[in-house]
Amino acid sequence: MATTVQPQTGAKPAAGLSNEEILRYSRHLIMPEVGMEGQLKLKNAKVLLIGTGGLGAPLGLYLAAAGVGKLGLVDFDVVDFTNLQRQVTFGTSDVGKPKSEAARARLANLNPDIQIQSFETQLTSANALELFKDFDIIVDGTDNFPTRYLVNDACILLGKPNVYGSIFRFEGQVTVFGMPDGPCYRCLYPEPPPPGLVPSCAEGGVLGVLPGIVGSIQAMETIKLILGRGDNLVGRLLLFDALGMKFRELKLRKNPNCPMCGTNRTIHKLIDYFEFCGVRGEEAPGPTVQVPEITPRELKARLDRGDDLFILDVREPHEYQICNLKGHLLPLGELTRRLHELDTSREIVAHCRSGKRSAEAVDFLRKAGFRKILNLKGGILAWSDEVDPSVPKY
Amino acid sequence: MPVKVMIPSPLRPYAGKRDSAEFAARTVGEALGHLTTEFGELRKHLFTEDGKLRSFVNVYVNDEDIRYLAKENTPTKDGDTISIIPSIAGGIR
Repeated sequence: MATTVQPQTGAKPAAGLSNEEILRYSRHLIMPEVGMEGQLKLKNAKVLLIGTGGLGAPLGLYLAAAGVGKLGLVDFDVVDFTNLQRQVTFGTSDVGKPKSEAARARLANLNPDIQIQSFETQLTSANALELFKDFDIIVDGTDNFPTRYLVNDACILLGKPNVYGSIFRFEGQVTVFGMPDGPCYRCLYPEPPPPGLVPSCAEGGVLGVLPGIVGSIQAMETIKLILGRGDNLVGRLLLFDALGMKFRELKLRKNPNCPMCGTNRTIHKLIDYFEFCGVRGEEAPGPTVQVPEITPRELKARLDRGDDLFILDVREPHEYQICNLKGHLLPLGELTRRLHELDTSREIVAHCRSGKRSAEAVDFLRKAGFRKILNLKGGILAWSDEVDPSVPKY
Repeated sequence: MPVKVMIPSPLRPYAGKRDSAEFAARTVGEALGHLTTEFGELRKHLFTEDGKLRSFVNVYVNDEDIRYLAKENTPTKDGDTISIIPSIAGGIR
């Protein structure tokens, strides 16, 4: 059953295409499923992308190329060198630039006939409704739980569709929330997982092509919603397993008791989503556990002095292969089981990549009775910056 | 033919890196019981301390959410597939 999303906002709809536009979109125009009518629907559509990263890259490129008349790009981040492995909107020369602006420039070059607005800001409860109101469809390509609940709730409050996609390592999930009679994100996941129980993408990694595939499916669903063609993913959760190269789908039901979209709604305005998600969320800013620390320079000085220090590396074996400080490898997840490998009488310095996992390890070991234990502040990244630049950063 | 339990990648580190496991079970609860007996570390990721399925872990029998069936008491028959679908947030900025 096809559902069309009617443009809800803005100026008078465009009534025709220029000759140049007719040429640009000719492969759409010769398809009866799109045609002139469909292309004009695309031209009059307004789509807001939350996040211009991995999922946002194919989304922005395909929606701009397809002729979606107005695209909004929300991102507060800057292009990092490690983004280039998957965020194909950006080039090497974009590193250090704001993502929303770099993406805007790239998409404007791809299609100068469309309007592109970049919003270099973090989506918050204070600005979400104002940002969303000028758009017909919201596409969620964010990377953290607080923003996902925020996007969902704002879409429900405003009655706008939310084209949802998320990825982890080799797996993706795609669906469409926020349609009349369809379920919302809270129907699927009433509550977020507590921080720490689900590894973040920075820890888990992601194969670069995966967001390309999942974001492309989101782009396809967005275009189908605009055209009112085909069967969209409302009420269906599409699961993609890239390793097994399998697509599966599960039925998503609207929860009659959903606090957001159920008949007895209990949430009537946007809330504090960081608090809702246990303060930290997945990659939200915030302190990790407070433990005694040592800076890379202090550690270097003590090692040079010949102090007897036991270096404990709590990363994974494949990370140890990238680079290491010749420490004893004992992954955080195996600490409980392999505690006997550690000597309480020796002074231990624990480290990981950035200092976060090792802080958890130090906290755990202190509770287990270890007294002489320090966390290497900033991890191997800081060691590379402050002590030995020959150690690669990843 | 027993029931197949699909293990999603975020939980595979706690399940001996397996992507699925098979058990003879008459209900979803029984199958998950076998699973968490075989892989003890999985238990805290699926169940609360008082033994309830965590609210952010969705379980499906074939393509149906057990919340809309009989929850953990949902009967299973040989050849059914039980899927554990945790919430993932990644989009990667």
